[in-house]
Amino acid sequence: MISSAQNTAYEGFSAFLERNMNTDLLRFTTAGSVDDGKSTLIGRLLHDSKAVYEDQLASVKKSRINRSTGPVDFSLLTDGLRAEREQGITIDVAYRYFATPRRKFIIADAPGHEQYTRNMATGASTADLAVILIDGTKGLLPQTRRHAFIASLLGISNVLAAVNKMDLAEYREDAFHKLQDDFLALAAQLGIASVQCVPISALEGDNVVDRSRRMPWYHGPTLLEHLETVPLPERDSLQSFRFPVQTVIRPDATFRGFAGRIASGAIHPGDPLVALPSGRRTRVRSIVTYDGELPQASSSMSVTLQLDEEIDLSRGDMLVSPGRLPKVSRKFHASVVWLHGTPLELGRTYLVKHTARQTKIRALRIRHRVNVNTLAEEPATRLEMNEIGSVDFETHVPLFFDPYSSNRTMGSFILIDSATNATVGAGMIQESVAAVQLAEEPENEFAASGGPAIPVAPGERYARHGHFPGVVLLEGRSALAERLERFLFDVGLEVLHLSRSEFFGDAFVETVRVARAAGVIVLYSGGALSRETKDRIALEFDNRFLDVAGAPELPFDEEQAVRHVQAFARSLRFVDEQSRIQQKVN
Amino acid sequence: MTNASEVLVRQSELEPGRAIKMGTFAPRRLNHLRALESESIHILREAAAEFARPVMLYSIGKDSSVMLRLAQKAFFPGRIPFPLLHVDTSYKFPEMIEFRDSYPRQIGAELIVHKNQEALDAGANPYSLGTQKCCGLLKTKSLLDALAEGAFDAAFGGARRDEEKSRAKERIYSFRDSLGQWNPKNQRPELWNIFNSRLDRGESIRVFPLSNWTELDVWLYIHAEQIPIVPLYFARERDVVFRNGSIVVIDSPAQLLPGEKTQRLKCRMRSLGCVPCTGAIRSDADTVPQIIAEMVSFRRSERENRAIDHDEEGSMELKKREGYF
Ligand SMILES: Nc1nc2c(ncn2[C@@H]2O[C@H](COP(=O)(O)OP(=O)(O)O)[C@@H](O)[C@H]2O)c(=O)[nH]1
Ligand SMILES: [Mg+2]
Repeated sequence: MISSAQNTAYEGFSAFLERNMNTDLLRFTTAGSVDDGKSTLIGRLLHDSKAVYEDQLASVKKSRINRSTGPVDFSLLTDGLRAEREQGITIDVAYRYFATPRRKFIIADAPGHEQYTRNMATGASTADLAVILIDGTKGLLPQTRRHAFIASLLGISNVLAAVNKMDLAEYREDAFHKLQDDFLALAAQLGIASVQCVPISALEGDNVVDRSRRMPWYHGPTLLEHLETVPLPERDSLQSFRFPVQTVIRPDATFRGFAGRIASGAIHPGDPLVALPSGRRTRVRSIVTYDGELPQASSSMSVTLQLDEEIDLSRGDMLVSPGRLPKVSRKFHASVVWLHGTPLELGRTYLVKHTARQTKIRALRIRHRVNVNTLAEEPATRLEMNEIGSVDFETHVPLFFDPYSSNRTMGSFILIDSATNATVGAGMIQESVAAVQLAEEPENEFAASGGPAIPVAPGERYARHGHFPGVVLLEGRSALAERLERFLFDVGLEVLHLSRSEFFGDAFVETVRVARAAGVIVLYSGGALSRETKDRIALEFDNRFLDVAGAPELPFDEEQAVRHVQAFARSLRFVDEQSRIQQKVN
Repeated sequence: MTNASEVLVRQSELEPGRAIKMGTFAPRRLNHLRALESESIHILREAAAEFARPVMLYSIGKDSSVMLRLAQKAFFPGRIPFPLLHVDTSYKFPEMIEFRDSYPRQIGAELIVHKNQEALDAGANPYSLGTQKCCGLLKTKSLLDALAEGAFDAAFGGARRDEEKSRAKERIYSFRDSLGQWNPKNQRPELWNIFNSRLDRGESIRVFPLSNWTELDVWLYIHAEQIPIVPLYFARERDVVFRNGSIVVIDSPAQLLPGEKTQRLKCRMRSLGCVPCTGAIRSDADTVPQIIAEMVSFRRSERENRAIDHDEEGSMELKKREGYF
């Protein structure tokens, strides 16, 4: 299990324990073409790091099958299922575990056949790093390109290129350097941030765990040394907070908590939050766990949040920091890996699962298909199994997402065939699709697709408008209000000018309440309002409220007033929430 | 014999102040135990939220104990929102049954015990049937019957991928057809931590929240969290016989085969199963840290002491296809 039995003697057992409880975890995936030596490499890693038990080794040694030239076929340690042992190939992703005193490792061993692109995508989806095997006697093959592409598509920024079978290349430096140059060029083209190339022989063990004496010209780390020391992505506690609500915990009338796993960012009691899709604001009252309340929680922790205000949230809703909101949209554009024998069909309704949300979805158009061997973009009208495409989607209710490149959890989804329940596709969201680009889409027959009606949540309206509702008070300045209404309407905002002076007190509050529900920005130019009424409106609109006439510090100069209203209107847009909060703070 | 409520005391007595706190959050990354814990809690919550009638298969062993603690954490301060199910072959160690009947109740969990009474009445036993057939009747069939009876659509199991080769490819959500069978060719791809819980009537899913834990992780977590476990895991002088190369603990003379005589031996169990089919190992480890110390010097896998895996190469895979875990 661990190669450090001998260490315990001299370092003291409690120090040993403490260290073992505090090692971090590296998840990596392996890719390579058939017979490049992946299974042998992993068997070797497990064996040399002493993660293989005697009895397992004994059963491999006495096995009738041995495809290697050595005494032990290490690939048998990893090739698990009957069918593949008989065929001598790896047919599905296998997960393997080993540990060194420095790190714990989870290997997702993904097979490299052309028809198994989906397996590599599966293995890569949870990996921090990819080990790509290259046969040192063959040079870069189209498959290597494909493996590197899939790794980068799935958001892996660390790649280790293991140039294998160096024994067959007489351990020659020039053979390695040629491959290294080619691979570095490929990685640069794909934008892979960190690359390490290591010359190895999986069969003989050179540079896998122990440094090879047969390649004195190589001064870099061995494969295991690199895995043990490569810096891991730090927890993104500086990113915006994202918390998909998995389930509501409500043991009795006194406690209501929202359970989930933090997708990004950090949170403390007292921090402000926005609930999606409602757009309601609240604060964290406490971070509850079995081990006590926490002063702070951050990315990838599973916690339960208690909120200050009683707001209604259920599974699939999301709590986010008010700074930078995720995109809230029914339409987006994503890279898709097709996983199933029945191809992706345009216009057909599938189910999508994204964070804790599940809804209906359909593909509107395929922008292109990627030829995984040449990386060329080709036109396509459907996606076959193991094909990768760039697709525009429309969902039944909005999803709250960030681009996959900035956050895996917030940008990933799976597609399910609702007739067979099969998982048919895996998607990585790139961005939301602007309304213009979808102008030529066919008639919307989505409503006819059945199922119970889902009430339209306020947040959905806001999402469609692209902004929150708000109020601007321009008491008595109806000419200015009229000009502003036209201007804001023309730039795409939902805006309504109310000028009648009979709106006052409760009647006015009632009216703006309706406007808020409809997601509209109200410009008011009627008679003067009381302080109390203004306070109630401010409250009603969650402080998305601008009182031009009433704020003594604001100018009466018309041009300056216009600029203020424009800035305010901009701050209501979803993307500009950040600056709004800053304005409030300033 | 120790009873289960003493077990709770016993652990903390043996390790006064020895528990090492894992640090609730690391400055940069979660340490591996916290990362595994958080992933498992996520899985438990997903399944509890999405399935109509989940149940937790409770085997009384160390993995079940860890899974149970994770369930307590996942739904805290609420109760565990599903029952536990123990499939009792009636050949379990008495200490296991005592523990089963006290600990889950102590933490407020609901427990269902199921036996294949029909087969037992017909005389099913490991001695005359052999392990394969006995497991088939008292374990696999009994489990499938219990799941059908309870109309459970999801069953949490404590299996880990590092236990055995055929489990290395197991999904976290493992799909079972309407006969409860596992088809390695018909498993759903699993990307990220997004799980497909869609089922047709009669189909079910086994959910394995501990998939990514190793045996060492389980012990480290038991230590860090001071999780109570059955005393059989701790070394003690016990009456044993040597049978087919295994050390078999003898609880009553009725378990002796003709010609066998017991002897005293300091030993413990590495994994818990039925009395006749679970071998003990020679050991002096009577605390969790000592078990861990012993484990890191082991070079034999834990399932080696289970008769069932060795019936035939690839036998575990065959059992799984039939519905055994
Ligand atoms: N000479 C030599 N043969 C190797 C090496 N690594 C793997 N092989 C052999 O290449 C064949 C394919 O190996 P395997 O691990 O099954 O490849 P996989 O298909 O990528 O999993 C087997 O016969 C191995 O023994 C190496 O470093 N040197
Ligand atoms: Mg292989």
